[in-house]
Amino acid sequence: MAANKDNVKIHVSHLKKNFGKLEVLKDVSLDIYEGEVVVILGPSGSGKSTFLRCLNRLEEITDGTVVVDGYDITDKHTDINKVRENIGMVFQLFNLFNNLDVMGNMMLAPTELKKASKEQARENAMRLLRRVGLADKAEAYPAQLSGGQKQRVAIARALAMNPDIMLFDEPTSALDPEMVGEVLQVMQSLAREGMTMVVVTHEIGFAREVASRVIFMEGGYIIEEGTPDEVINHPKEQRTIDFLSKVL
Amino acid sequence: MVQIINDYGSLLLRAMGQTLLLALCGLFFACILGLVFGLLSVVKNRACNIISTIFVDIIRGVPMIVLAFYVFFGIPYLLNTIIGIRGATLTALQAGTICLALNCGAYMAEIIRAGIQSVDKGQMEAARSLGLPYWKGMRKVVLPQAIRTMIPSIINQFIITLKDTSILSVIGFPELVNSARNVVSITFNAFAVWSIVAVMYLIVITILSRMAKLLERRLNRGRE
Repeated sequence: MAANKDNVKIHVSHLKKNFGKLEVLKDVSLDIYEGEVVVILGPSGSGKSTFLRCLNRLEEITDGTVVVDGYDITDKHTDINKVRENIGMVFQLFNLFNNLDVMGNMMLAPTELKKASKEQARENAMRLLRRVGLADKAEAYPAQLSGGQKQRVAIARALAMNPDIMLFDEPTSALDPEMVGEVLQVMQSLAREGMTMVVVTHEIGFAREVASRVIFMEGGYIIEEGTPDEVINHPKEQRTIDFLSKVL
Repeated sequence: MVQIINDYGSLLLRAMGQTLLLALCGLFFACILGLVFGLLSVVKNRACNIISTIFVDIIRGVPMIVLAFYVFFGIPYLLNTIIGIRGATLTALQAGTICLALNCGAYMAEIIRAGIQSVDKGQMEAARSLGLPYWKGMRKVVLPQAIRTMIPSIINQFIITLKDTSILSVIGFPELVNSARNVVSITFNAFAVWSIVAVMYLIVITILSRMAKLLERRLNRGRE
C-alpha cells in the first residue's frame, strides 16, 4: 500500500485547460507515485474532473505537460490508445455500453485490442465479476442493473484491461445512498492491493480512510495537498477550511 | 374495372416490379451515401462537417423533379456538347437510381447524424478510455445504439422513396405511374386505372411497413 516514491506514474507540470475563453485549469503541477491513492477534493467548478480527464486526454490539453508511465501524452506523436489501455477510468454515470450485456461490456476492449483470446477474456471477466460480487449478472443488460451494480461492473470492465492506473470521476455521486458503500468497498480493496488510483469524490470518509494523499483544488489551482490528516483534519488554507466546513 | 384488370393487370404488375427495382437500387446507394455523409457530419473535422452540410442543403433545396431532369438531360448534355464526350447517355434506370440515391441519401444522412448524436457522449468516452480507437467505438458501441433509434425514421424514409419513384415517370422510366398513364390513354377509364394503381401502392407499402414493424420489435427484444 505504501507509495513507491522512486516510480513516478503520472507527472503533470503546468497543465492548463481552456474551454473557449473559460480557463478551467490555470496552472496545475503534480507527481503521482506508484501505489498512491490520490483523492482530489474541491467545490464543483474547481476543475477537478477536468484535471482527471486530462490524465488520459479525454480532454485536449491546452498547455503544459502530462507524462503517464513515461509516455508524454501531450506529444501528438504518442499513440494515446496504447497509453489508455493502461489507464482504467470509471465515470460518474457508469457509461456501460447499453447495447451489450455485462459479459459483452467486459470482453469488448480486451478482445478487440487483441489483449486476450475470447476464452481468456471470458475467464478473466468471470474472475473480475466474482471479485465485485456480480458473477450471476454476466448475462444481464445494463438497464437491468441497479446503480451500484452498474458501477461495480464499470470498475470490473476497466480492470479487464489489466491497467496500472485507475481514474475515478465521482464514482458514487449518482448513486442512491445505500449503494455507495458497495462501490467504495471495491475501490478500497483495489487500493489495498497497491493499485495507483486518482479519485475525484465528495466522500470525505473515503478520503480519510483510504487516501495516501489528499489534494484540495479550487478555481483551477491546487490550493493544498498533504496526508488526509493534514488536509482534512488540520487544513491550513482558508479556502480549504471553508469548503470542509460545508461538507463535513 | 374487371376488364381492365384482365387486360392490363400483368402489365401493371410488371410496372410495379420496375418500381420496386428502381426503389431498391436507389435505396441501396442511398444507404451508402447516407452513412458516409452522416458520419462526415459527426466526426471532429470542420472540413468534413462542411462537405456534409453542403451536400444535404443542395439536395434538400432542389425538388426531385428538377434533379431528375438535371441528371437525365442536363448531365449528358454537359458531357456531349461542352466537354465533348460523344454518345454519353444514361438509361432511365441509371438516372433514376442516381436521383433517388442522392435525394434519399441526403435525408438518410440527416437521420443518421441525429441518431448518432442521440447516443450519450459517455458511451464513446468509455470506449475511448479503454483504448479503443474512434472507429471501433463508433462501430461496436455507438452505431448499434444509434440504429435502434433510427429505424422508425429510416423506414419512413424508405416508404417516401418508394413513392418518389413515381416522379421518375417524367424521364420515361416504365414504372407504375408511367405505365398507368399509357393504360389510361388506351382505355380512357381514368377512374378505374388510377384506383387500381392506388390500391397497388397501398398494398405494397402496407406490407413493407408491417414487415418493418416486426423487424423493429425483434431488434428491441430482450432490452428494456
